[in-house]
Amino acid sequence: MLSSLTARELRDKIAAGEITSRQATQEVLTAIDHLNPQLHAYNSIFPQRAIEQAEKIDAAIKRGEKPGLLAGVPIYIKDNMCTNWGATTCSSKMLENFHAPYNATVVEKLQAAGAVIVGKTNLDEFAMGSSTENSAFGPSKNPWNTKCVPGGSSGGAAAATAARLAFGGLGSDTGGSIRQPASLCGIVGLKPTYGLVSRYGLVAFASSLDQIGPMTQTVEDAALFLQVIAGHDEKDSTSWPDAIPDYLAELKTPMTGLRIGIPREYFDVEGMEPEVKAAVQGAIDWYKSHGATLVDVSLPHTKYGIAAYYIIAPAEASSNLARYDGVHYGHRTHTPQDLYDLYAASRGEGFGAEVKRRIMLGTYALSAGYADKFYLQALKVRALIKKDFDDAFQKCDVIACPTSPSVAFEFGSKGDDPLQMYLCDVFTVTCNIAGIPGLSLPCGFSRNLPIGLQLLGPTFSEKTLLRVAQQYESAHEWSKKKPGVCA
Amino acid sequence: MSATATDIQYKVLIGMEIHVQLATKTKMFTSVANGAYPDNANAAPNTLVDPVILGLPGVLPVINKRAVEMAMMVGLALNCVIPSFTKWDRKSYYYPDLPKNYQISQYDLPLCGEGQIELPLTDGSYKTIRIRRAHLEEDAGKLLHEGHEEFSQVDLNRAGTPLLEIVTEPDLTTPEEARLFGEELRRICRYLGVSQGIMQQGHMRFEPNINLHIFHNGQTFKTPITECKNLNSFRSVERACAYEIQRQLAEWHAGGQKQQPMRKSTRGWDDDKGVTVLQREKEEAEDYRYFPDPDLVPVTVSEQWRETVRKEVVELPIQRRKRYEKHYALTPKESMALIDERPNAELFEAAVAAGGSARRVTNLLLGVATKTAKERGVLLPELGISAMTYAALAKLADDGTISATAAVTVFEELLANPSGDPKKIAEAKGLIQVRDVGATEKWVEEALAANPNAVDSYKNNPKKKQASLGFLRGAVMKISQGKADPKMVGELLEKRLDA
Repeated sequence: MLSSLTARELRDKIAAGEITSRQATQEVLTAIDHLNPQLHAYNSIFPQRAIEQAEKIDAAIKRGEKPGLLAGVPIYIKDNMCTNWGATTCSSKMLENFHAPYNATVVEKLQAAGAVIVGKTNLDEFAMGSSTENSAFGPSKNPWNTKCVPGGSSGGAAAATAARLAFGGLGSDTGGSIRQPASLCGIVGLKPTYGLVSRYGLVAFASSLDQIGPMTQTVEDAALFLQVIAGHDEKDSTSWPDAIPDYLAELKTPMTGLRIGIPREYFDVEGMEPEVKAAVQGAIDWYKSHGATLVDVSLPHTKYGIAAYYIIAPAEASSNLARYDGVHYGHRTHTPQDLYDLYAASRGEGFGAEVKRRIMLGTYALSAGYADKFYLQALKVRALIKKDFDDAFQKCDVIACPTSPSVAFEFGSKGDDPLQMYLCDVFTVTCNIAGIPGLSLPCGFSRNLPIGLQLLGPTFSEKTLLRVAQQYESAHEWSKKKPGVCA
Repeated sequence: MSATATDIQYKVLIGMEIHVQLATKTKMFTSVANGAYPDNANAAPNTLVDPVILGLPGVLPVINKRAVEMAMMVGLALNCVIPSFTKWDRKSYYYPDLPKNYQISQYDLPLCGEGQIELPLTDGSYKTIRIRRAHLEEDAGKLLHEGHEEFSQVDLNRAGTPLLEIVTEPDLTTPEEARLFGEELRRICRYLGVSQGIMQQGHMRFEPNINLHIFHNGQTFKTPITECKNLNSFRSVERACAYEIQRQLAEWHAGGQKQQPMRKSTRGWDDDKGVTVLQREKEEAEDYRYFPDPDLVPVTVSEQWRETVRKEVVELPIQRRKRYEKHYALTPKESMALIDERPNAELFEAAVAAGGSARRVTNLLLGVATKTAKERGVLLPELGISAMTYAALAKLADDGTISATAAVTVFEELLANPSGDPKKIAEAKGLIQVRDVGATEKWVEEALAANPNAVDSYKNNPKKKQASLGFLRGAVMKISQGKADPKMVGELLEKRLDA
């Protein structure tokens, strides 16, 4: 079974000619055929294209060409990254039939590295949500328990990795959308430093917070994907101009004198499940017993994180989503009375409830007379949260805490109160607000549902985060466990 | 301060908002061709577009550095402060010509801060006009409503064109000043090469803000400010301002005489009817919900960059005008006419540098040359006559080889044959002045014989002495068919008459 291999192992076997990409790709496509109807991890699948790509890679390897870092590896991308083939829907009725005439920079980079993109994964509409319940095309299921959500917004992506429906792929993270589903599905998810990965071609939700990152079986695979997608892009003014390190090589550097910061604010919150707390504490204790120094740190403004996030992100979203108006592309209402009706009805029909809620929230927060109270106030909180982290990282190298206060919850269990859903992001939003990297990796199970450990580091400390994560991962078996549906 | 027939004292306040499309090769935030660049003026609808212009999902803007530099050049020419830090903001409103439904603009930290220019007035004097700010933004597309009952069409060629919005303080006090300001700004932009300033193509758009301070019974009444739109010629700027002044006065007389709250309104200019029409009151104005554009990084302007750009700011029209008046002893009217278009001024200076006297070259350029250029709808250099030729012709006239009248004749020949040699033309046409004393004396005798009355006046009527001499000189010139040297004629005439 190839599915027991990691992306790195598969790539090396393909590069060595031991396995063909066609074989691996076919196996993944078969698994998708088998499981996707049940899990709805994917919105779209490209069997023919994927096989053609795989054959091209196989042929190139046969010719003796130097294989790329992801040569022949079947992977996915979240369905909010543009491809010049197929649709880019954002799981929204608004973009159901939108076909981009360009590839996202990450798509170009993946393909240049030889990756075979087999499909695009489901998400909460426009990446707004924590469960994929906001997808216009129906939710994805958690492979560990299909009564439970996979998390969100990159829920389809996390489900696909966990159920071995690809050897990893890319998600996007605006307030936890990579890390929280990674935690709930028992995989590795990395949100890089803001600016490390180009956003060109990622359909914008909140531009100052959005960041693309890997969602993989293992830490090493996360490093591999990051190696491929990181780096400057002249099409994205906010992308970091400096050269990137060799993440894979850095993984092998031994760790000494590691200082782990423990923020008390991230353990005692309402809704924190004791099993989650215990598992995360267990992982921290493991680090301590393996030479790390634990340092108490304080991130006092964390309690304002959710409030600030739910001002800044909707404010930017209200502007970013203004373009979906039924005029130039996307869903258009059938019989508009006039221009206003064209706008109102197209948007009313094309957007789901959560997207509308956030557009209204953001519009309000930016309105004359309210911007001072909300938007500008939130920016001040943002500066304070950044400073909290700066201060904390004076005392420690990484911060360890839970990714999510709970394991995967059942569909519909958050009820009609959007605030309950927003609180899923309580440990993840500050990382986006501060622009720092965050990684989630499995650290245990509760009720046969995975628990995630979150590691946070200062900006551009991905190499450290990956090393710290791999140290724990290699001493534990969590990543090797497979959900029952895969059997 | 002005007075109407009913002797109401009032002051006019006009502030201008001017949009200038910058003639960069590519657009403000993407590398697709810019319609305001000369080569692209006649592009078919929706051909100057790409995913960024269309506002497709996921695409990102990237700043066009040259547009920033051109905007800085204008700012420096207007003596604006160029701050070291400037940022981009989104201005939100829904309209089908704006694909993103927000415009990338600059809200509170514009590229160019306060400045001022000296505005040349028609009487040759100058007036200081303060600049409030100038900021860079992207233009919107165009809606075409003609031709179809059931729908309108969108042309996005104009969308994303770099647009510099310049705002003045309300220092203009007459409709003429408003027009002159617009003309001066156009001249500056053309000098700097940042815009062709073709009004018909929308390279420049003007929005005067007008109101009156009316002084009555010891009180000052301020009429509500109106912003006039749809002005695409200098004439319409002047006419719209004049109309608004009278309309606001009439409105005030008609009962608005109590102190009103300042409700700003927008009025559109109807050029055919010569009236402004209410478009909307600012109370209904939209809330643009400005906030910093998270897709763009702020621009840091270093001292070094600013100074590099400053080197591109060439001698401005007004500086050139003053230099001509001082250095070449030209009148304000002459220097204004010469500097109006930079290529004309450059032709003038090249002709002078090639040895033509400033006076003679000026006369040549502003006479038949200007008249012909206007008829042909071209600038002076496009007449095809080189600076060397102008200089050669000027020298012939200045050293007396040909007369001033003959110079015009030669010039007319050059218009038909621009590569001709002035001296050869003069020779071929027999226009070379005759300096032969014998021949000239013969013409003098002939003229004296033919005009005994003038000779009598010269000798016996001191009041008419000079006039008679002039008359006789003219007679000699006529007899010589313009070939006589006027100076020699004068000397010989006086010698003969005073003998």
